[in-house]
Amino acid sequence: MRINLSSVLVDDQEKALRFYTGTLGFRKKHDIPLGAHRWLTVVSPEDPDGTELVLEPDEHPAVKPFKSALVEDGIPFTSFAVEDVAAEHERLAALGVKFTLPPTDFGTVIAAVFDDTCGNLIQIAQRTGAGPG
Amino acid sequence: MEDLYRAIADPTRRAILDELVDRNGQTLFEICGRLTLKHGIHSSRQAISQHLEVLESAGLVVTKREGRCKFHWFHGGPLKAIAKRWPTDGRRS
Repeated sequence: MRINLSSVLVDDQEKALRFYTGTLGFRKKHDIPLGAHRWLTVVSPEDPDGTELVLEPDEHPAVKPFKSALVEDGIPFTSFAVEDVAAEHERLAALGVKFTLPPTDFGTVIAAVFDDTCGNLIQIAQRTGAGPG
Repeated sequence: MEDLYRAIADPTRRAILDELVDRNGQTLFEICGRLTLKHGIHSSRQAISQHLEVLESAGLVVTKREGRCKFHWFHGGPLKAIAKRWPTDGRRS
């Protein structure tokens, strides 16, 4: 068994596609019309055959309270690996991305957290030592 | 209004204030991360949230919303009452 998909629950698929490709730099992989929504996935250009991120509509009534509660407490539900958190922070901040946590050294990992404009907080992390994460 | 002395009597609550003085304006997520990493405090988010409520009630922490996030700020104003009661030079001015 392997992990081939992970999802982020977004409030608007078109807006999410713009942010995850245009701003973050991922590439669209699948875009299949599916009734009112789309089966929409992106991949990292560094790993085009790797895990796909599904930009999943957040329409289920249970989702919005869940997302709001996480955002209120600053909790990122999704994390991406980067080589250099400080450089990514600088690049994304210049593009207008809002960070709720600036690059912070947590011992074995440097992490930062930003708003994906679609109702989620996303962590970017860079491992700096042994241990989990 | 929580008692100021009770609020600062707890070591976890003092550690929270230390971290807010280090960088003011933190989410619950950041506070919990710093307590775990820098102080070896592994309390649940719920427990830390309750500590923050005590500090807020004593006026030592204020919360502000920016967008949909809640940030916690240290507010040292109430501590003046301590130095007023027991002046640091030993005399009342």
